[in-house]
Amino acid sequence: MQLDIRLPIGLLFTVFGVILVIFGLVSDPAIYQTHSLGMNINLVWGLVQVAFGAIMLWLAYRGKKAKA
Amino acid sequence: MLQHSIQLHSIDYVLLVTYFVFVLGIGFVLRRQVSGSKDFFESGRSLPAWICALGFIGANLGAQEVMGMAASGAKYGIMTSHFYWVGAIPAMVFVAIFMMPFYYGSKARSVPEYLKLRFDEKTRGFNALTFACMTIMSSGISMYALAKLLNAILGWNFHGCIVVSGVIVLAYIFMGGLTSAIYNEVLQFFLIVFGFLPLVLLGLKDVGGWDGLVQKLVKPATDAGFAPGTFTQSWAHIGSASSNPMGVEWFGLAMGLGFVLSFGYWCTDFLVVQRAMAAKDMGAARRTPLLAAVPKMFFPALVILPGLIAMALHSAGGNFQLPPKNGGLDYDMVVPTMLSYYFPTGMLGLGLTALMASFMSGMAGNVTAFNTVFTYDLYQGYIKKDGSDAHYLKVGRWTTVVGILASMAAAYAAASFNNIMDILQLVFAFVNAPLFATFLLGMFWKRTTGHGAFFGLISGTVAAAIHHGLSLPHGADVGIKGGWLGAIHVYPSEMAQNFWTAIFAWSTCFFATIVISMATRQKKSDEDLGGLVYSLTPKIKEHGVPWWQRPALLGSIVIALVLVLNLLFW
Repeated sequence: MQLDIRLPIGLLFTVFGVILVIFGLVSDPAIYQTHSLGMNINLVWGLVQVAFGAIMLWLAYRGKKAKA
Repeated sequence: MLQHSIQLHSIDYVLLVTYFVFVLGIGFVLRRQVSGSKDFFESGRSLPAWICALGFIGANLGAQEVMGMAASGAKYGIMTSHFYWVGAIPAMVFVAIFMMPFYYGSKARSVPEYLKLRFDEKTRGFNALTFACMTIMSSGISMYALAKLLNAILGWNFHGCIVVSGVIVLAYIFMGGLTSAIYNEVLQFFLIVFGFLPLVLLGLKDVGGWDGLVQKLVKPATDAGFAPGTFTQSWAHIGSASSNPMGVEWFGLAMGLGFVLSFGYWCTDFLVVQRAMAAKDMGAARRTPLLAAVPKMFFPALVILPGLIAMALHSAGGNFQLPPKNGGLDYDMVVPTMLSYYFPTGMLGLGLTALMASFMSGMAGNVTAFNTVFTYDLYQGYIKKDGSDAHYLKVGRWTTVVGILASMAAAYAAASFNNIMDILQLVFAFVNAPLFATFLLGMFWKRTTGHGAFFGLISGTVAAAIHHGLSLPHGADVGIKGGWLGAIHVYPSEMAQNFWTAIFAWSTCFFATIVISMATRQKKSDEDLGGLVYSLTPKIKEHGVPWWQRPALLGSIVIALVLVLNLLFW
């Protein structure tokens, strides 16, 4: 049984996304004023990554079911 | 100065370490799937087209590309995208439609092995040797660039970076072979997209969108004595070499870069061809470069646009300044400076992880191509012809170790000779540029003989060396930059010289191969050449293949799209 690459991709981006979302919620808002034009980029981009990771995991799950 | 003291916090390290755990984990899981040399060197020819396609992009997306394209973007403007829209994309369509049937359809396991089947032993040996040296040098330079960058921006230990990056790449290739390298290239592709896209979006918002960027880039263009739109129009200013910062005119660009260098790289370099050959069937192998071409044509937005934005911000004179170097600007620092300017801690960790991933998979791509060519073409070809499959698998694994050690040595060589980049570029122009003529004739003219191919290649290489020896870029010293036979022609820029060296090498090889082939006897029968030459290979049937899987149609769509891009940014 070959490893479905969508599984590690989905896992990695979900983990990355969750870490960045949590950090975005607890971090000092001042760092976003000096860097990312005032936008909480950690929170926003973290959510994008969670969404992407979830889609990949869902595709991997569907692929596994189709094979079984 | 911001750029010499990027401060990482624990959250950034958490992201970095998580990535390394995944990289090694993939190798560890794939280890169980490697049961023979075919799995290790060719991924068992089992991968779907989309994975090969992303690996195809990822293997090429090394340090030189990510940092170099942004640097060129800042230095030359949007003209840099010719490397994609004139260079890479047409060549990728060509290799998919016309050449993949012979690579994948023949019994060859590598590009040099194709040369052996089509021509003879000496042509293969020449290609295998030069290719092995080039991959080690490229991989060493990647390693060196990574260590130097991390040392400069984070203050990490140079030797430590070399050893750690080498060990990680070694570990995952040793365990999982080519599949492991390709899977990590796919992962890196997504990391680059997720790491660089927000950088571009923030930057564009900051400069006032594309229109704002165009306005802000008027000043650097006119300051340097060019027309106002030079940095944001890709074709309008290349009527003559003196009207653009790259110093090239359209013919040298289209022929040298578009035809000779790009086709030479994308169609004959085993590093990229190997990814397509890992596909599960002929259809998937041919779709690999085509599927890769679609994201590839939009890559200028990710890797060149940051350079344009950096230049706009720099010349506006705000908080953002590129560091100086030798009286000019240190363009290589575009990406690190942009990352630390726009990304707060957290995203900064992601951006640096993406950067490191690209360096490491560039290295891994070279090492996997090296171990395959060494094991099949040099070891099996000349040292031990009749070993068992398990024997070659073992040799391949240990060749990986040797490849990494040799890369480390090359990295230290790069650190002590500061012109090793120039040397690599020379070797590339001397050896790769004529090679495409050999393949073109070999695949489409059955009369091409082994002697014709071999001596044609040699004369192409010699022609490149002579041209280099007789010409010099404007303002350069005689030596590694050329002119060592007496400079009788001065090019406006190094890039122009490089393109014309390639044109001379290719033309000489093309005509010499034809003349020598006519004068020598064809030793291969039509039967020998079946599956290797166009006219002697049955056409691939496409009955029942859905339209979205037909290479010719996909290729036409890709070409149409890239034409639109050229016109949009004319």
